[in-house]
Amino acid sequence: MLSHDFGAGFADPVVDAQAAFRAVLDALANPGTQQKLAGSSDGSGALGRELASTLLTLSDHDTTIWLSPALDVDAVKGFVGFHTGATIVDDPAKANFAFVALGDAMPELARCNLGSQEYPDRSTTIIAEVPDLSGGATLVLRGPGIRETQEISPVGLPGDFVAQWSDNRQLFPRGVDLLLVAGGQVMGLPRSSRIVEA
Amino acid sequence: MNAVANYNFAYLDEQTKRMIRRAILKAVAIPGYQVPFSSREMPMPYGWGTGGVQVTASIIGPDDVLKVIDQGADDTTNAVSIRAFFAKVAQVQTTTHTAEASIIQTRHRIPERKLEAGQILVYQVPIPEPLRFLEPRETETRKMHALEEYGLMHVKLYEDIARHGRIATTYAYPVKVEGRYVMDPSPTPKFDNPKMHRSEALQLFGAGREHRIYAVPPHTDVVSLDFEDHPFTIQHFEQPCALCGAEQVYLDEVILDDRGGHMYVCSDTDHCEERREAGHVGVLGMKEAAE
Repeated sequence: MLSHDFGAGFADPVVDAQAAFRAVLDALANPGTQQKLAGSSDGSGALGRELASTLLTLSDHDTTIWLSPALDVDAVKGFVGFHTGATIVDDPAKANFAFVALGDAMPELARCNLGSQEYPDRSTTIIAEVPDLSGGATLVLRGPGIRETQEISPVGLPGDFVAQWSDNRQLFPRGVDLLLVAGGQVMGLPRSSRIVEA
Repeated sequence: MNAVANYNFAYLDEQTKRMIRRAILKAVAIPGYQVPFSSREMPMPYGWGTGGVQVTASIIGPDDVLKVIDQGADDTTNAVSIRAFFAKVAQVQTTTHTAEASIIQTRHRIPERKLEAGQILVYQVPIPEPLRFLEPRETETRKMHALEEYGLMHVKLYEDIARHGRIATTYAYPVKVEGRYVMDPSPTPKFDNPKMHRSEALQLFGAGREHRIYAVPPHTDVVSLDFEDHPFTIQHFEQPCALCGAEQVYLDEVILDDRGGHMYVCSDTDHCEERREAGHVGVLGMKEAAE
C-alpha cells in the first residue's frame, strides 16, 4: 500500500511563500548575511523545515529538482510530487534546484548545470541544509551586495569548498548559486561573490 | 462584499509569482544580466509599467509600504493608478514619503532622498536592451553580451562627440554593472545615474512587453560609460527650485502662461513638499506667501 501522508505544505500558501521568498531574496542580495526563513511546513522526513520552505517557494511543475540521497525516498518524493508537481531528475546537471539534506554531500559545483554564456540564468541553484551557519572556519566574501567584506563561518561545507567556489566564480556569468539553511535561517552565496579563507 | 475577493493576493496567481521570483533571484545573482521571463497580460496596457507591476506584485507582502512615482511625482496618473491598484489587490499601506516606503516603484526617476538598506526600488522599463537601437537582432545582442562585446556602444557615444562635441545622451544613459554587463538604467535622466552606484537599496527592473527582468544588488558598482577626455557629467541647473529653493536636484520646467513665463520646480514632489514643510521657500514660493 502507498502511504498518502506526505506531510503538510504551507498553512497559508500565499503569505508564507512570499515571506520565504523575501528571505531568500534578501539573502542573495546581501551575500553572507543570515535571513529569517520562517515557514509553516514541517517538511517530510529528511526534508527539514527550511528545505521544505524553499522547495515550496521556488519549485513547481515548471522546474526540475535533484534530491540528495537522504531525500531520495518515497516520503520526500511524495511531498515534492503532491505539493509542487516538480519533476525529479537523477543528475544535478539537469536540475534547476538541487536540494541537499543535512549530512549529505553537496554535489560538486562543476557537476551542476552552469548555464551557458548566452543564458547564464539556466544554471542550477543548490539549497543545502548544514549543521550551523556559524561556528566553522571563517571565510571572507567580497562582491555585489557587500559593502566591503562579509565574514561567514558555516559548518558542514565540503573540504575543498573554497577551491570549488573559486572555479565557479571564474566562470562568471556562468556558475552555480548556493543557499545554505540551518536553524530557521537562510544564507545566500550568489555566483558573483568572491570567497577566500580568512 | 469584497469586490476583489476573486483575485489572489497582489493580483497574480501563485504559479506566475513563483516564475517571476525565480527570474528575480537569477537577476540578483548576475547583476545587470537580463533574465527572460514569461510576462503576463496585466489589467493595463504595455507602456504603463506592466513589468514593474509584475515585479512588485511578486515581491510585495502584507507588511510592505508602497510608494509609486512617475517622473518623480506621486500625483500623476500612472503613479496614482498603480498605487490604487496595489491598495486594492494587495491591501497594502501606501505612502508618498520616500523614507516610509519599503518598496518604491518608479517610472524614470530615483528619489532625491538617499535610499536606505532594506528598501527595494522597482523600475518600469520600456526597452531593457541597451544595444537594441544599435543592433535590432536579439540573437546578436545576446551574443554581444555573452562575449562582453560592447565596442558598438562606445562608437555610438563617440559619434555623439563627433557630431555635437559632447556626449549628447541625456537619459537611458548606458552603465556598466560590476565591470561586466552593460545595462540600460531605464529612461531615467542621466542625473540619476550616480545614485545607482553602490546604492544601499536593492534595485529591480521589470520590462513587461520585452519579457525581461534584471537587477542591481546593494553596494554594486554602476559606472556610466564615458571616455577619459569626455568624462561622464550630469545635468546642472542654473537656478534652484522655484518652490522650495532646492539646489543639486533634478528640476522640471513648468509653463506658467502663454507669454513665455515659466518656472523650474523639483521633479521629486515628495522631496519638494518635505522641504517646504521644513520652511524652505523658493523664489515663487516666497511671492505666494507674500500675497
